[in-house]
Amino acid sequence: MSMPSTDAPSVAVPVAAHAKVDVSKLTAKISIKNLEFFYGDSRALKGINLSLYANKATAFIGPSGCGKSTLLRILNRMYDLYPGQRATGEVMFDGDNLLREDQDINLLRARIGMVFQKPTPFPMTIYENIAFGIRLYENLPKSELDGRVEHALRRGALWDEVKDKLGASGLSLSGGQQQRLCIARTVAVKPEVILFDEPCSALDPISTSKIEELIDELKQDYTIVIVTHNMQQAARVSDFTTFMYLGEMIEFGPTATVFTTPTDKRTQAYITGRFG
Amino acid sequence: MPSDHILKRFDEELERLNATINEMGGLTESQFAKALTAVRERDTQIAEEVIVDDARVDALDTAVQEQTVKLLALRQPMANDLRMVLSSIKVAAALERIADYAKNTAKRSIVMTQGTAPASAVSGIDRLGKLVRTALKDVLDAFADDDVSKAYDVWNRDEEIDQVYTGLFRELLTYMMEDPRTITACTHLLFMAKNIERAGDHVTNIAELVSFRSTGQNFAEARRKGSGELYATDAAP
Repeated sequence: MSMPSTDAPSVAVPVAAHAKVDVSKLTAKISIKNLEFFYGDSRALKGINLSLYANKATAFIGPSGCGKSTLLRILNRMYDLYPGQRATGEVMFDGDNLLREDQDINLLRARIGMVFQKPTPFPMTIYENIAFGIRLYENLPKSELDGRVEHALRRGALWDEVKDKLGASGLSLSGGQQQRLCIARTVAVKPEVILFDEPCSALDPISTSKIEELIDELKQDYTIVIVTHNMQQAARVSDFTTFMYLGEMIEFGPTATVFTTPTDKRTQAYITGRFG
Repeated sequence: MPSDHILKRFDEELERLNATINEMGGLTESQFAKALTAVRERDTQIAEEVIVDDARVDALDTAVQEQTVKLLALRQPMANDLRMVLSSIKVAAALERIADYAKNTAKRSIVMTQGTAPASAVSGIDRLGKLVRTALKDVLDAFADDDVSKAYDVWNRDEEIDQVYTGLFRELLTYMMEDPRTITACTHLLFMAKNIERAGDHVTNIAELVSFRSTGQNFAEARRKGSGELYATDAAP
């Protein structure tokens, strides 16, 4: 942002000082360094450097095609499913570069769970939707498994609504309930990081509020990353916001600062609805 | 400053808010100037006009509040838009106070015409008033043009206004001690001086809001004020 030609700013202090967060006191759960990503020959991400802090929610915002979903998908190696896509640079996850060739992808995806835009329950009972993932990683006796299923459904803020019909199909639930079922399913395998890709874009406002409340609660135990087109949602749920544009990270900062006094004029243009 | 939102209605609403503030600023400026004329010319008719027209300023203040509430609820402004809406509410509140001080000064000028006010003290009020009036005009220009540098200049003038006020205060005390028959008139003048000085403080607030709206930052410089002097009782020679 170009400052007006005046000597005034030299005696000015930031009003948003209260919003300043001392990041040196935070632990970076994931540190991204010089990350580049290619779809074949086209470079979708350009030199991304970013820290995702433990027990904080970080939102990625930006116009369509800016690379925010691409970035999110790198974090659990989703791109491995497609030929011709590759990432270079470093994504340190608790000190381990998750981009390395011999990374155990299944274990990685248990540690870094993902919730998608459209609810994707398995065509199974509600109980099995949760138990299925747990069985992949652990061999538990029935009573213990029951406990884990209940715990996951409680963490997903769904238990009270489904406890009497655990045998019903996951697909019989409403859209908002299905999405919370997916969150519960993700939580069930005890991840450390949860990635949300537009988790509320197919949901009504009440379900959206419930999911947002849930994200706020989940922060206490997990590191949250959320991609959203809804800027109010980013403002409501995140502690840090990253604005991306054309494959670059334009601005990163505490959410309160980014939404009141962004430093880059492109960030300002985007969040105030002037883009294009 | 608005002008280029994807949603044109949003631009229109921001422009309308700006227009309301500008109208309110113009009216407040004229109220303040007329109040000073009423004191200087001992013109009760102008004073009456100021008193009646204060309701128009209040109505504009209400209009600003309604528009800002609507903008916040329906448009969820962010960043510079948010700062503009917030500063508009505060500028309107400051203007409303300044207009109230003008009304109060006008009211006292009516009572004053019946008393014996020392001519030099009356011209002292006029001098103080002109300083504030110029500052008000400049800060409204700065607000309209988004001129932070000009606002900073106005902000720095508050000290001079305070000094003139302090001088006037001492002068009025001296008159009252020398000739107790002037006490009634001088007390009215003292209140007027205080009103005008308070209006100057609100002008300073508006200057700070120009900066906040533009940059998200406030002018921060410790005020070098000898405010203790105001309460000195040994001011008489």
